[in-house]
Amino acid sequence: MLDIVGLTASIGDKAILNGIDLSVPAGEIHAIMGPNGSGKSTLGYVLAGREDYTVTGGSVRFENQDMLAMTPEARAAAGLFLAFQAPIELPGVNNANFMRTALNAIRRAHGESELDAVQFLKLARAEMKRLSMDAEMLRRNVNVGFSGGEKKRNEVLQMAILRPRFAVLDETDSGLDIDALKIVADGVNSLRGPGFSALVITHHQRLLDHLVPNRVHVLAGGRILRSGGPELAKELEKNGYGAMLAEAA
Amino acid sequence: MNAISVPEGAAGFLARFAAMQGRLPGDSTLRAAAAEAFRALGLPGASRGRRVEAWKYTTLQPLGGMSFRSAEPAGKIAIPDSPARIVFAGGRYREDLSTAVPGFACFADQPDFGELSWPDRDPMVALNTMLAEDGAILTVPAGIDAGIVHLIHAGIDGTSAHPRHMIRLGGGARLTLIETSAGSGRYLHNPVSEIHVADGAVLTHVRIQTDGTEAFHLATIYAAVAAGGTYDGFTLNIGGRTTRTEIHATLNGPGAIAHLNGAQLLTGSQHADFTSVVRHAGPKGTSRQTIKNVLAGHSRGVFQGRIEVARGAQGTDGYQMNRALLLSPDAEIDTKPELEIFADDVKCSHGATVGELDAEQLFYLRSRGIPDNEARSILVRAFLAEALDPVTNDIARGLLEDAVALWWEGQAG
Amino acid sequence: MPADNETLDTVRSVTQSGYKWGFETDIEMDVAPKGLSPDTIRLISERKEEPSWMLDWRLKAYAAWLQMEEPNWARVDHPRIDYQDIHYYAAPKKKAGPKSLDEVDPELLKMYEKLGIPLKERAILAGVEGADQEQPRQIAVDAVFDSVSVATTFQETLLKAGVIFCPISEALRKYPDLMRQYIGSVVPVGDNFFAALNSAVFTDGSFVFIPKGVRCPMELSTYFRINTRGTGQFERTLIIAEAGAHVSYLEGCTAPQRDENQLHAAVVELVAMDDATIKYSTVQNWYPGDANGLGGIYNFVTKRGACLGDRSKISWTQVETGSAITWKYPSCVLHGVDSVGEFYSVAVTNNHQQADTGTKMIHIGKGSRSTIISKGISAGHSNNTYRGLVKVLPSASGARNFTQCDSLLIGEDCGAHTVPYIESRNRSAKIEHEATTSKINEDQLFYCRQRGLNEEDAVNLIVNGFCKEVLKELPMEFAVEAQKLLAVSLEGSVG
Repeated sequence: MLDIVGLTASIGDKAILNGIDLSVPAGEIHAIMGPNGSGKSTLGYVLAGREDYTVTGGSVRFENQDMLAMTPEARAAAGLFLAFQAPIELPGVNNANFMRTALNAIRRAHGESELDAVQFLKLARAEMKRLSMDAEMLRRNVNVGFSGGEKKRNEVLQMAILRPRFAVLDETDSGLDIDALKIVADGVNSLRGPGFSALVITHHQRLLDHLVPNRVHVLAGGRILRSGGPELAKELEKNGYGAMLAEAA
Repeated sequence: MNAISVPEGAAGFLARFAAMQGRLPGDSTLRAAAAEAFRALGLPGASRGRRVEAWKYTTLQPLGGMSFRSAEPAGKIAIPDSPARIVFAGGRYREDLSTAVPGFACFADQPDFGELSWPDRDPMVALNTMLAEDGAILTVPAGIDAGIVHLIHAGIDGTSAHPRHMIRLGGGARLTLIETSAGSGRYLHNPVSEIHVADGAVLTHVRIQTDGTEAFHLATIYAAVAAGGTYDGFTLNIGGRTTRTEIHATLNGPGAIAHLNGAQLLTGSQHADFTSVVRHAGPKGTSRQTIKNVLAGHSRGVFQGRIEVARGAQGTDGYQMNRALLLSPDAEIDTKPELEIFADDVKCSHGATVGELDAEQLFYLRSRGIPDNEARSILVRAFLAEALDPVTNDIARGLLEDAVALWWEGQAG
Repeated sequence: MPADNETLDTVRSVTQSGYKWGFETDIEMDVAPKGLSPDTIRLISERKEEPSWMLDWRLKAYAAWLQMEEPNWARVDHPRIDYQDIHYYAAPKKKAGPKSLDEVDPELLKMYEKLGIPLKERAILAGVEGADQEQPRQIAVDAVFDSVSVATTFQETLLKAGVIFCPISEALRKYPDLMRQYIGSVVPVGDNFFAALNSAVFTDGSFVFIPKGVRCPMELSTYFRINTRGTGQFERTLIIAEAGAHVSYLEGCTAPQRDENQLHAAVVELVAMDDATIKYSTVQNWYPGDANGLGGIYNFVTKRGACLGDRSKISWTQVETGSAITWKYPSCVLHGVDSVGEFYSVAVTNNHQQADTGTKMIHIGKGSRSTIISKGISAGHSNNTYRGLVKVLPSASGARNFTQCDSLLIGEDCGAHTVPYIESRNRSAKIEHEATTSKINEDQLFYCRQRGLNEEDAVNLIVNGFCKEVLKELPMEFAVEAQKLLAVSLEGSVG
């Protein structure tokens, strides 16, 4: 579904990604782990098309479309969803309106009819109930005054409503308690199927216990250092990155 | 104009210029042009019908009815003891009272009007340019830390002083300049200072004005800060009948920083005007300004502060806060904080508050057994702290604290 | 709530069309020759069948105006206005009241249609007899077309409640005592250059009187429209709320798209007695000129309210998206004890527009309170200035003011300026002022685009959020319209 070949990217004159090769087949969940500053978040931003990052080489193909040539909103319409590590606050913008506007923009791009406010609220409430979220969250401004956990849950809610084909979760598990972690995992698992893939960026084994990835990749210095099965994450949890980095050096 | 009765106001200054013209140091064409400008501009607020926005809240009308003479560079005055000091009395350099300060020259010997001032626009600068006799020309070469230098001015009754100062810091140089102005009687102190802070240099400029209650103090400062340089200014205005501190700071290069902090403590019928313009001319400059007015008696505090961001000055970070505390029913504050912004990638904000001492805080302190006056003192000092805290030099901070304490004692008595 | 989406739809629908109110209506007009003189003023007064004291009042204003100079302190720049090159009177030719819509000048009807006024209301506005008897609606409308009020709806329904809502020219004939007492009482004839000009030549506008204790049963609204080439529009509005009265008044304005500049110099006076409340909302959408700054309305307006009574309240809400130049400072003079003044403003400038707008809050009464919320958005090559004064006089013990001014810059060629004056002469007064300037946050933009919104939609969403505090003050119908206007005004400012 997603094929990354030789991807290099920089911010300013600082190279951050130094040649990423990664393929995520349809229906699979891959985890990305790695020390701080290794380029994990950058990879998420570059996939989503953030303009501060310059792609200096390589290619990203998403279901055979050249994703690097697309605007962020076109990538979203194509089915890419990035759950932000630090979700952005939008003062004065009502959460329900925001999600409905996004959903309808994507539906329009697919030639589908738009949802009116009533239809949307029905959908949103159902998803929120499933994710054990308080419906009051719909009335608040997007992420404004949300706790860390609420922001992360709001990302998962958006994902559930927008139903992407490919999700990048950037440390969505950080700072969550066990219950919230379960909500995030459930959110991803509910989308799981042959038409859905995800890249889960995380520091912790905990989330992977709930998500069980098909593959685990270790990112360091802007490259994938090692790839393996779910057992690789357990090994990292036990030994840390140090040994592996030393071995590579 | 006859020699027996000295004309008053603007005419008096012009007559003095006519009499002294041939003996004044420096560019005589420049002085003549300044005299023309002064004749045209007049004393702010003194001519009927003309209102200038820059002088909206301050009039020099009272100066119109007074005459001043030029001081002689002699006579006894009391000066604070400090190891590196440059002393002026009535605007004249006093070598006998000063110490040898490396890099110092007297304006009379090396006249330097600089290039930053606008005598054609600012009447008090025109007046200074016309009549300046002495001043401190202080140069700190690149890479040198010149430590602390005291620039001391003593006002002399019946005189007007127009010193012209030029401070130049070379790349990476450092200097702490502590400027004091004090005196007794009726006099005018009208200094103009031009300051150049080169790449990576740091000038800490602490000004403490405790002039006599009949004095006029009208100071204008122009500062140009190059990339990575810092102009760290603080002005405390306590004395004077009518005072104005006008600062123009221009940030020319990336990473340039200006701090234009200050406090004004006024009582009686004092009037103090703090006017500043921070111009972000180059990208990525930072400016910070906190101004506090504490107003007792019938006093009137004025703050006019503008942050200008020129087209192309992207990445500017400007912040300005001014707060006024009214201690008496007859005090008045006039505040005009302005933003003028021509670039989009900027972060600029300002805030202003006006109010009296918080009754609940006062009650809380008193309920703990602190007498009313002491409680007020604590709250006033707490109010001033935000402005004073950035002054980290111990000697300067000590002088400021002493001046504040003395002022408060005067209020209590 | 669904307005955000409608906003986005509107942006799409107008992307090609630009200023959609730019039509011109071809109606037979009665136009005075160009130029300003005592004769012009006499002609206006005569056409309006005014009492003689009114003519004297106008001539006094004219004499004051002759002695005054055009103010130059605002940050607006324009070629000299030739006051002799303007028609000071233009009115649609009058016939007897039409019996049905078929008899109404079709051009007039077309104009209402283009303004988006519903058919039923169009019939009422066009003066179709009996049209307003069928069923009561929510909003009474007065339409001012160039120099005259062409129709006012629901006058009778309102009169039953004791509310007078009529063209000011009619009020001069029907209620001379009220007019004589209040006109010029808040904005005196010699108040400023443009107010003096207006006093001399104003041709129409709305008059509202809410008697003691009456809550006006419906929203009152005036549509202003400049139509004829070479005309100036000088309307005057006077609203009086007696003790305990309440009224909400809305005003909307549009003008044809022309390459000439047209002058609009209005005066609005509000008077609120004890416990009275006046809410005055404006959606100003005069033609702003084209993308190169050609044409557009010069909008020089004096709006002032006097909170004469204790606990009286005057609230100004404005959404300023149009005009080549906006020069207006809706103000409150807070005489009454515990009186309240409010100013909520959104000003959007794009292309070469210039706006210099803000408010004055003059605190005189004990315990008077004021709130100022101003949101400025600059794009293109425009300049947008907030200019305001908060003044506390020694009598205003316990006065309070809170001011928040935020500016948003879109693009590197525009300017955003904040010029507040704060003057306090009472120790117990508490004043807080905050202002910020920033550009649209890149993180917010990217977040929205990641969720599928295109850049323009994302900007509109963020701008609407930025303006929310002000937009929520508008009556519902206007809030929706205002959001659409914001989107249209910012069209082409990104990407």
